Parts: sequence; structure tokens; C-alpha cells
Amino acid sequence: MTTIPVLEARGLTRSFGNVRALDGADFDVHAGEVVALIGDNGAGKSTLVKALSGNLALDSGSILFAGGEVDLNSPTQASSLGIETVYQDLALAPHLNAAQNMFLGREIPKPGFQGRLGFLDNKSMRAKSRAAFDELGATVRSLSDPVGAMSGGQKQAIAIARAVAWAKGVIFLDEPTAALGVVQTKNVLETIRRVRDKGVGVVFISHSMPHVLDVADRVQVLRLGRRVATYEAKKTTVEELVGAMTGALDGAHS
Amino acid sequence: MTTTQVKPLTAGTAGTPDRTSSLRQLMQVQSFQILLVLLAIFLVFAALAPEVFPTWGNVRQIIQNVSILGVLGIGMTFVIVTSGIDLSVGSNLVFSGVVAAKVMQAMGDAGWGTAAVGILVAVGCGLGWGLLNGILIAKAKVPPLIVTLGTLGAALGLAQVITGGVDIREVPAVLQDTIGYGNVPGTTLPTISLVALALILVFAVVLHKTRFGLYTFAVGSSEESARRVGVKVDRQLISIYALSGALAGVGGILSLSQYGTTAIAGQSATNLNVIAAVVIGGTSLFGGVGTIFGTVVGLFIPAVLQNGFVIVGVQPFWQQVAVGAVLVAAVYVDQRRRAAAARGHSSKTEGRKRLFGLRSS
Ligand SMILES: Nc1ncnc2c1ncn2[C@@H]1O[C@H](COP(=O)(O)OP(=O)(O)OP(=O)(O)O)[C@@H](O)[C@H]1O
Ligand SMILES: [Mg+2]
Repeated sequence: MTTIPVLEARGLTRSFGNVRALDGADFDVHAGEVVALIGDNGAGKSTLVKALSGNLALDSGSILFAGGEVDLNSPTQASSLGIETVYQDLALAPHLNAAQNMFLGREIPKPGFQGRLGFLDNKSMRAKSRAAFDELGATVRSLSDPVGAMSGGQKQAIAIARAVAWAKGVIFLDEPTAALGVVQTKNVLETIRRVRDKGVGVVFISHSMPHVLDVADRVQVLRLGRRVATYEAKKTTVEELVGAMTGALDGAHS
Repeated sequence: MTTTQVKPLTAGTAGTPDRTSSLRQLMQVQSFQILLVLLAIFLVFAALAPEVFPTWGNVRQIIQNVSILGVLGIGMTFVIVTSGIDLSVGSNLVFSGVVAAKVMQAMGDAGWGTAAVGILVAVGCGLGWGLLNGILIAKAKVPPLIVTLGTLGAALGLAQVITGGVDIREVPAVLQDTIGYGNVPGTTLPTISLVALALILVFAVVLHKTRFGLYTFAVGSSEESARRVGVKVDRQLISIYALSGALAGVGGILSLSQYGTTAIAGQSATNLNVIAAVVIGGTSLFGGVGTIFGTVVGLFIPAVLQNGFVIVGVQPFWQQVAVGAVLVAAVYVDQRRRAAAARGHSSKTEGRKRLFGLRSS
């Protein structure tokens, strides 16, 4: 583990009306580690993810990428740093098919003049999508049907495959296993380890403590928009995590 | 019925769709269903008036009548695919025609030079209104219905201000003779229809084969998702309304050529006719779904009904009744399809869908 986090947030604040979704939140993730981000419903996890993936304007606070301060004001900018996100609401276009969703915003043009006219190389995009789904063990049956007609788990698999395929620096997975079956969940946890081993920083959000303890290296706990504790996954327990989330166990080490 | 839900472990096991189901799938595409409706209507009139209706002369007339609407329908299809609407096309057409007629009148002569300037002026005016629509919709976030209702009134009002409410009837002869009611040399196909056909083919390719088209569907399907993956949604919307506007400008010069007058009062229902055609053709008002082909078919249904009713001696007013019914039926079909797609979220209906080969696209 390197000493400088690949991505670090310092004192992020963001209010929605009277709700302080982020209230001086800190966060850090290193390259090649899995950080689990946990917290009760409404703790601000999704909001933090949006802020760190260029989808949210902040009231205050700073974001550092590989030690240097960055101004993440658009998703495109986050992707150019290799930051990818599986949003809680997946952010797929329901009328487009799996391959189109996989490459949306990053289409492969046809070679030569045709490509410059805007024609797309659908064949290689389909082949690469298929390979990505297979690698994930995803049960995406058809590449030509609109994803809106697919099951929740299939959609989730597509969103995960997309983020994994493009993530070079950091990947955020906001409750990626919420809709998945047992086998698919195992696949996703496996994928998380694989991505980590490639040197990517993985941020895993989940309400399932067993999964968190299974896959994470460190666990950071968010409560009321603030990081209240950080644990080594090996040295903590479900009880301790639940205590930190609910506030029953204040004064935790960090 | 859990037995139908056993899923293969890897995506790779899903084969390519077999040939026998592709015909069935084709039958469930709305633009194809509507093509069958069109054929049925055609056959009924052909049976009722075999001497007059199914002749090239008559069909040519129908084709000529839908040509200008076809040009407008292209832009409207793009707009409605984004789940937007453009009510201003008819007024924009009139405005562009009026300004072009004024400019050509001022230039005095009736040659190609003047005509070329007129064409550029008309397209430029249309583009201008379209850009205004697009910027207000994408940047100011005013709903398309309101923005284009506003420009509908503004463009028509300004056209009347410019002309003092009196139609201009001086249109260069070259425009009228060649584009207006001329034929493609050596054929009996109206030139105006060839112009429309060329635009339709080009933009059908753009919508269905290019990145611009893909982004159009993506924005209509989920604006937020498109934005998050880096699609420049605002730019896309502005381009699409600009396209619709520019095509209305093309419609303006075509209308001048065809009728030899600015026909200020003649376009009050054009926007609704075009929208009806787009929707009949299977483009969803809710965005994300649509074809240019469907729009073309959707334009022919009212036109064939109108023509047929006149020929068989039914009061042509019935055409409006019939088109109204077709329109509501088309939206009903779209709604059912969307409801089926929404049900598709549960894996239960998925199994059933697979069993009966129902499709939700
Ligand atoms: N766009 C928004 N507008 C208004 N309030 C918002 C918005 N987004 C988040 N909030 C509020 O901010 C707080 C944190 O929400 P957030 O979605 O980040 O929670 P979370 O930790 O992801 O919860 P969950 O576990 O339920 O997903 C909540 O009180 C929520 O109501
Ligand atoms: Mg959340």
C-alpha cells in the first residue's frame, strides 16, 4: 500500500435545503485496496460518491487525486482520471441495449472516414461487451434487447461490467450487490478482488456486514454526513461496525 | 414458476437470436404494424375505386402532398425521441418562407441566383428559431411544450408583422417550375418528393447508424444517465431543435415553391399533423423509441385516407375522425408496450415473456 491515497476527500460539505447530507466528511482510498463505506440509510454515502465522481457541486472541502488537488466538476473529468462509478440507481439508459450502455459516451468509431462521419463499430463494441460480461460471469442473455426489459440483477451486472472495464484509478460501487442472486454476488465480490489486484482503489458500499468483512481491507463509517470511524477489516466485528454506524459506540479509534 | 427462471451461468451461453423468431419480432415493431394498416387502407380504397385510386397519377398526388410534411417529420422524430416536442414547426415554416420571399422580391429577378439566396435565407431563419428553441430548452430548462408554444406564436406574429398580414405571391419562376410542381427530369416523380426523400434517407441513417443518433436515443431514454457517462446532453438537445428548425426552413422554401405564395394562414394545424404522424409511426412521446421509417408511414395514413375518402365520395371530414382514432390507437399500443416493459422488471413476467415471445421494444 502506498502512503499517498489515490483519492482523498477533506472536509466535504453539502446541504440540500435544511439537510446537511455531507457535514465535513473525510474519506480516503489507496491504490490496490478495498475500502468499504458503510452507514445507515441517509448517512450520506451516495452523496459522497456523487461528489467524488464529479456529479455534485460541493459547498466546501477539497478533493485530492494522487496527492494533488482536483476540481471534479463533471463526470467526464472523473472518468479522465480513471474514476468510475456504479451508481445506486445504476444510470443506464433503459431503451438502449447492453452493448450500447456499456460504451455510451465512449463509442468505438468505425475506422477511417466513416468513423469521422459518426458511424460506429457496433461489432467490436458487442464483442468487447460480451467479453466483459463473461469475465464478470453476468447473465446478460441478449446484447440487442433494451436493458429496461432486463431483471434488476442483469441491469446491475451491466452497470458493474461497464465501470470495471473503464476504471483505472478508483471504482465506486454503491450497493452493487443489492439486487443480485447468490452466485452473482459471489461473482461481484470476486470481481472486486480482481480489480483491486490490478491496482485500482475500490470503494464498496453495502449494508451487508458479512460481505463488507469478507471483501474489504478497511472499513470507513459514515454517520450524519461525517466519517466517524475507520477500522481494519481483519480486526473488527459486525457488532463494532453496527455500533459505530448507529452511534451506540462513540469514541471509536480512527 | 421458478423453473422458467434458471439462468445460464455465463452470458456467453446466450446464442444469437434464431431466424424464426425474427419475423415474429418484426411483426411486433409498431412501425411495421402501422405499415400493415396503411396497406390495408390502400387495398380497401383500391377495391372501392379500382379505376382511379390505385393509379400512379393518384399515388403521385398523395406522395407530392406529404412531401413537405415529411421534411418536417424528420426533425419532429428526433425531437420526440428525446421526449421533447416542437410546436413551432408550422409557424417557423411560414416565417422562413415570408423572409425568403421578401428577400427574393427585393432582389427582383427570377433566376437561380435569387432562388439560391432565398433557399439559404429560409434555412437560416428556420435554423435561428430552432437554435432559440434549443437554447431555451437545454440551458434555461423551460419545458419544450412551453418554449415552442412561445416561438409558435412569435414566429407567426412576426411573419404577419413583416407582411402586414398580406401574403406575398411573387416567387421566382425557377423555384416554382423545378422544385414546386416540376418532375425529376425523365420521370414523373415530383422534384419536391425527391428532395424530401433524400433528406429522409440521410437523416434516417443519422438517427439509426451514427453516434449523433445514439445520443438522441440516450437523451430521450434517460437524460441523467446520459449526462453521467459524459454525453453532452445540452449540446445534443440544442442540435436537435436546431435541426428541426432548419428543416422547417427547408419546408418554408418548398412550400413557397409548391404554392407560389407565403400562405401565412395555411399552416395552423401543420405542427399537430406532423406530431400525429410521428406518434402514429411508433415514436414514443415518452422518448427513447422511434424510427424515421415509422414517421413516413405515419404521414401516409392521413394522406391516403383523405385522398381515398374524396375519391369514393365520403365526406372528407371523416378523415379527421379516422386519423384521430388511429392516433389514439397508436398511443394506446405504445402505452401497453411501456407497461409490459415496466412489468419486465419482475423476473416472473420475464419467464412468461420468454415463453410467449413477447417483446417490449
Ligand atoms: N438530491 C437531493 N435532494 C435533497 N436531499 C438529498 C438529495 N440527495 C441526498 N439527499 C439527502 O441527503 C441525505 C443523505 O443521502 P444519501 O443518499 O447520501 O444517503 P445514503 O447514505 O446513500 O443512504 P442509503 O443507504 O439509503 O442509500 C439524505 O437525508 C437525503 O435525503
Ligand atoms: Mg445510497
